[in-house]
Amino acid sequence: MPATDPKNKTLDWLDERTGWRMVRDLADHKVVPIHAGTAWYYFGGITLFLLGIQVITGVLLLLYYRPSVAEAFDSVRFIMTRVEFGWLIRSIHSWSANLLILAAFVHMFSVVFTHAYRRPRELTWLTGIALLGLMLGFGFSGYLLPWNQISYFATKVGTDMAASVPVAGPAMARFLRGGEEVGAATLTRFFAFHVMILPLITFGLVGLHLLLVQFHGMSTPSGVSPSQLAHMKFFPNFFLREMVIWYGVLAVLGTLAAIFPWELGLKADPFASAPAGIRPEWYFLAEFYTLKLIPSHVWFFEGELLGLLGFGLLAAGWVALPFWATGRNGEHRARLVTAAGVFLICYLATFTILGYLK
Amino acid sequence: MENRPDSGQDRRTVVSWLLGGGVAASLASFFYPVVRFVNPPAVSEASINEVDAGKAQDLKPNSGKIVKFGNKPALLVRISDTEWKAFSAVCTHLNCTVQYRESRHDIWCACHNGTYDLNGRVQSGPPPRPLEELVVQVRGDEVVISRRT
Repeated sequence: MPATDPKNKTLDWLDERTGWRMVRDLADHKVVPIHAGTAWYYFGGITLFLLGIQVITGVLLLLYYRPSVAEAFDSVRFIMTRVEFGWLIRSIHSWSANLLILAAFVHMFSVVFTHAYRRPRELTWLTGIALLGLMLGFGFSGYLLPWNQISYFATKVGTDMAASVPVAGPAMARFLRGGEEVGAATLTRFFAFHVMILPLITFGLVGLHLLLVQFHGMSTPSGVSPSQLAHMKFFPNFFLREMVIWYGVLAVLGTLAAIFPWELGLKADPFASAPAGIRPEWYFLAEFYTLKLIPSHVWFFEGELLGLLGFGLLAAGWVALPFWATGRNGEHRARLVTAAGVFLICYLATFTILGYLK
Repeated sequence: MENRPDSGQDRRTVVSWLLGGGVAASLASFFYPVVRFVNPPAVSEASINEVDAGKAQDLKPNSGKIVKFGNKPALLVRISDTEWKAFSAVCTHLNCTVQYRESRHDIWCACHNGTYDLNGRVQSGPPPRPLEELVVQVRGDEVVISRRT
């Protein structure tokens, strides 16, 4: 029987043309299992929330930022000193970028330790790792945009590491720098990566990642079947809890941005020495400190190349985790994965702290 | 003409290959210019062999400064009143710009803690090769740096 009151009539009209009730029904049926590790489910949402903050503050910064060597530094200084709340928007963008990477790491390790990467969620893992790589790419490209001294040298080092990869390295470094040296062409390229190319890929991959999560439902701890567990509805129960956490994250973000506004430093000068105490953002510190420790030559290898080879193998092994986590007879090597996760956390934490202190 | 039962299938395969090949070739022709476009053109560097590094009296003994050598930085060190040295200031490890450390009389890269002696040789840290040494000439009051011939 057709609806008679105007509200239902409108909704029926919309449903006939868009099928929105199907989406509503899907959302209605989405549930979250309740167990000791339920809290870890929030970290994916926190990462997504911070990504939203990045998009909004990034678009705002675009209104004043000028991507050229002559103007970039001054335009960021203008944002921070002349534009009302400019210091806040830029600080939030920088702090949120850092918290986003932290949240993504926590999310990743929670997936490892709760073994949520298991069949059939291998593609969810791979899209997640690709997204983490994209976030690091955002960090690396965005770091250069204020065109200050530290970011200039960080980009020199980063692109030179790419150049030392055998065979494809020099071409890759040229592609990244837009020439032989870090300069005006690098800034415009990194700007294009940061505001156009990486966001387009990220939106596609986030969509796919969420679609896969929706398709498989939330993972439950190994050995526990979902039917044995109590569940809560995603809408509104879980979602409202997540929103409370988002508010908390926003409070932390606002506090950090207000109390520790992000510094601008000195304008980049290609003809100045690298300043003492130079170091990259914390999420590259472990690799940075490792490179510092490796001697110039190990046997007949150049130390730098050996370091890169090590990082490459470690990254490849980590990406392939869901595949080696399952043995030939289909048994799950949970202990091996946990040990690998603990090892990686220990390495990253120790070397990050050492890189920070020394 | 005899019509073999599978000749239709053969024709279909041929047409599929032709169509597929055509599409692949057209895609390649779309992407080729894009790939060439993102690869930056080689800009010919003016080859610099000699630069004026300023006045001798502006640099005190036991100090160093960075000077422009073409589009790359060079490090000029005044060791004593009469002794001068110059090197390419590009660290051989990962491309950072080195500096002279007055307190230790050495050349230091702040990025990964590499050190070189005053002949450009690696003393410690990760740099794999020595710094390229340049020639310093003091002509009257002018200091001139040039590439070794």
